[in-house]
Amino acid sequence: MTTPPLPLCDLKPGHQGTLLALNGGRGLTARLAALGFTPGVRIAMLQNYGHGPLLVEVRQTRVALGRGEAQRILITEQQS
Amino acid sequence: MNDALRSAQQHSAPAVHPPAERTAVIALAGQPNMGKSTLFNLLTGLNQHVGNWPGKTVEQRQGGFVHHQRTLRLVDLPGTYSLSANSPEEIIAREYILHEKPDLVVAVVSAAHLERSLYLVAELIALPAPLVVALNMMDVAAQQGIQIDVPVLEAALGVPVVPLVATRAEGVRRLLDVIEDCLTGSYLLPPRRLPAIRPDHQQVLDQAQQLITGFVPPDYPAAWTASKLLEGDGEILRQMQAHLPEERWESLHALLKAHDDAGLAIASGRYAWIERMLRAAVHRPIGGQMSLTDRLDRFATHPVLGLVILALILGAVFWLTFTIGAPLQEWLESALLMPLTETARGWLAAAPFWLRGLVIDGLIGGAGAVITFLPILVIFFSVFGLLEDVGYMARAAFVMDRLMHAMGLHGKSFLPLFLGFGCNVPAVMGTRVIESWPARLLTMLLAPLVPCAARMAVLAFLAAAFFGAQGALVSWGLVLFALLLLVVSGMALNRLLFKGERSAFIMELPLYHIPNLRTIALLVWQRSLAFIRKAATLILLFSLGVWALAVLPGGEMETSYLAQIGRFFAPLGRLAGLDWRLTVALLSSFLAKENAVATLGVLFGRGEDSGLAQTLATTYSPASGLAFMTIALLFIPCAATLAVLRQESGSWKWAAVNVLLMLVVSFAAGAGVYTLARALGG
Ligand SMILES: Nc1nc2c(ncn2[C@@H]2O[C@H](COP(=O)(O)OP(=O)(O)OP(=O)(O)O)[C@@H](O)[C@H]2O)c(=O)[nH]1
Ligand SMILES: [Mg+2]
Repeated sequence: MTTPPLPLCDLKPGHQGTLLALNGGRGLTARLAALGFTPGVRIAMLQNYGHGPLLVEVRQTRVALGRGEAQRILITEQQS
Repeated sequence: MNDALRSAQQHSAPAVHPPAERTAVIALAGQPNMGKSTLFNLLTGLNQHVGNWPGKTVEQRQGGFVHHQRTLRLVDLPGTYSLSANSPEEIIAREYILHEKPDLVVAVVSAAHLERSLYLVAELIALPAPLVVALNMMDVAAQQGIQIDVPVLEAALGVPVVPLVATRAEGVRRLLDVIEDCLTGSYLLPPRRLPAIRPDHQQVLDQAQQLITGFVPPDYPAAWTASKLLEGDGEILRQMQAHLPEERWESLHALLKAHDDAGLAIASGRYAWIERMLRAAVHRPIGGQMSLTDRLDRFATHPVLGLVILALILGAVFWLTFTIGAPLQEWLESALLMPLTETARGWLAAAPFWLRGLVIDGLIGGAGAVITFLPILVIFFSVFGLLEDVGYMARAAFVMDRLMHAMGLHGKSFLPLFLGFGCNVPAVMGTRVIESWPARLLTMLLAPLVPCAARMAVLAFLAAAFFGAQGALVSWGLVLFALLLLVVSGMALNRLLFKGERSAFIMELPLYHIPNLRTIALLVWQRSLAFIRKAATLILLFSLGVWALAVLPGGEMETSYLAQIGRFFAPLGRLAGLDWRLTVALLSSFLAKENAVATLGVLFGRGEDSGLAQTLATTYSPASGLAFMTIALLFIPCAATLAVLRQESGSWKWAAVNVLLMLVVSFAAGAGVYTLARALGG
C-alpha cells in the first residue's frame, strides 16, 4: 500500500519511501541521479529532526542531504 | 608488502630489463573514496594523500613501475560519481580518458557499495577504451555478509573483474596479470553488454544522435555524445553548438527542451542495467543487523551531541599538543639547541663576528628554533590523519552544516576548512570538492582564517611563554575567537560579494573503518618531510636574510635596516601594543608562519642560559603578548597559501581581497584585544 506523494523531507526517521520524481533543475537532478536517486528506488530515512540536514540510505549508501534538496525529491511512503 | 610488488617498484633500474616494447598508460578511474589512491600508492610507491572522505585526490597524479619487463605508467584520476560535467574533476577525468586515450582504464569499485559504484562503470563501458574492473574493499563486503560471485559478474559485464583488498595488498598480483593479459589481448571474454536508455526515451535519443551524426568533434563517440546531450551536459552542449550548422542546432535545442526529463531516463537505464548485472552475481543477507556505522552515527551526526563531540575532539587535539608537544618542544630547545649554540660558540670563538652571527643567530637561532616545532606538528598531523582515515570527517561536515548556513555555505565547505588546521595550502586546493563556484570562492577566501599547524605552533610557543600553565586555555580561547571571526567574516562576505546565494548540499557519508596505520603513518611522514624541507630551504634562507637585515649596515640591531622597517610600521603596531620587533616578526611571517618565532629568535639573540620564551615574557606585558598572539594567528596568509589562492581563484584580485580581509580583521582584533586587556588591567 502507498500513500499520496510527499517531499522526502517529510519522511520520518525509520520510515521508507519510493522515489517518484525529482523537481530540481537539471544540475541537481543529474547529481542526485548519479548517486542512485532514480524513480522507483527505495529510500530509507535514517535521521530527520525536522530541521537542518537529513540522512538517508539509498542503494546501500548513506547520503546527507540539505533540507532544500530533500524538498525537491518527491516520494510515496511505504507502509510496513 | 609482498615480493611481487617490491620488484614491481624497481622502476629506478630499467637497465637490467630488456627494452620494453612501449610504455603502456593505465588510468585509475572510480568514484570518490573507492581506494584508487591506495592502489596507486601500492603499485608505484609514489606517496600521495589518502584519507577516508570523498574527493581528496583533486589533481591527477602519475607514477611508473615495471611489471614483467613492461613499463607501465599509472595515472590516478580524481574520484567522480559520473562522467557528466557537474564538477571540474569530472571534466578532468573524462577529458583524460577521451583525449589522452590510455591503453587501459582500471575502474576501481567498492564491493560494499557495488550498486552505486558500478554507475561510473556503466558510463565507462560505453567508451572505446579497454576496461578492467578492480573490485576493491572485498574485506568490508565480507564483513557485511555480502557474497559476490566474481566469474558471474565478469561474464555479465563482459569486462575482467579482479577482487582486491588494496589496504592489505591482496589480489594485486592477479590484477597486474590481468592488466598484462588485456594489454596483449589474450584475455578472452564475451562481448560487453551496454546499458540502454529507459525504453520510453529511446526514440528521443535516436533523434538526437541522428541530428549530430557527422558533426561530432573527433575523439567523442557519437552515441555517448548524444546521451550526454540528453543529460543536459553544459560542456558537450557548448561543443555541439560550435560544431553544428545553425538549423540542426535549432532542432536539437528544441528536441532537448521538449524532453528535459531525458537525463533521468538515462540514469534510470544505467541503474536498471546495474541491477541486471548484479541480480545473479550478488547475494546479500536479508535484514542485516545494526552496523557499527549505524551505532556510531547515532552520536556523531546528532545535531547537539555531534557538535559536542566535534568540540571535544578539537579540545583533545589541543590538550595533546600542550601536554606532549609543548614540553617536547622545550626539551628539544634545551637539550639540543642550547648545547649546540654553546658548541658553536666554542668552535667559532676565533672566527670573524659575521660568521659567528650567521651560524649562531641565523642558522641555529632561526631555522633551528623552527625545527623544534616538529613534535607539535607531528601530533597535529597524526590526529587529523587518524580522523580522516577512520571516516569521521564527513560526520564533522554533516553536523557543521547548520552553522555553515549562516555564511551561505553548507557542510561540505567545512571539510577544506577543517583541513586548514593542518595547512592552509591543501585547504584552498581542497575547496574543489564544492560544486558551486560562489560557495567555493567564499570558502577559499575564508580558509586562511583557519589557524594552520604552523600558526598553532607559534601560538603554542607564545602562549607557554606569556601565560605558562594557563597557556593551553588561552590558546584554546584564541582559536575559538579566530573561528568566530571566520564566521563573522563569512557572513559579511556572503552579503557583500555573493548576495546570499545558496548551493545544494549532497554528500556521501563513508562507512567507518578501523584506521589503517600504514596510511596514517605515510601521511604524517609525508607532511613532516614537507615541513622539514621547508625549514631547510625557505625558512633557513629567510632566517639568514633576517639576520643580515638585523646587523646591517652598522652591526647594531638598534640602527639596522630591520629596525627601520619596523619603526616605519610601528605607529600601526602601537595601536595593538606591539613594538617594532613584534611588528617585524609579523611582517616576516608572510614567507612562512613559523618565521614569526624565528625572527624573534634572531632579534633577541640566544641568551647564555635563558631561552627565547623567558626573554619574551620579561620584555612584554601580557596585554601586548595577547595582542601579538591574536594578530599572529590572523595575519595575512603565507606566500604559499597566497600563491595557490591565486591559482585556484584564477586571479590576483581574489588573493588581494583575501590579504585585505586578513589585514583588517587581524589588526582590528589585535587592537581590540589589547585595549580590552589593558582595561582589565593586563
Ligand atoms: N577496508 C578497506 N579499506 C580500504 C581498502 N582500500 C582503501 N581503503 C580505505 O578507503 C579509504 C579511501 O581510500 P583512497 O585510496 O583515498 O580512495 P580514493 O578512491 O583515492 O578517493 P578519492 O581520492 O577521494 O577519490 C582510505 O581510508 C583507505 O584506507 C580496502 O580494500 N579495504
Ligand atoms: Mg584518491
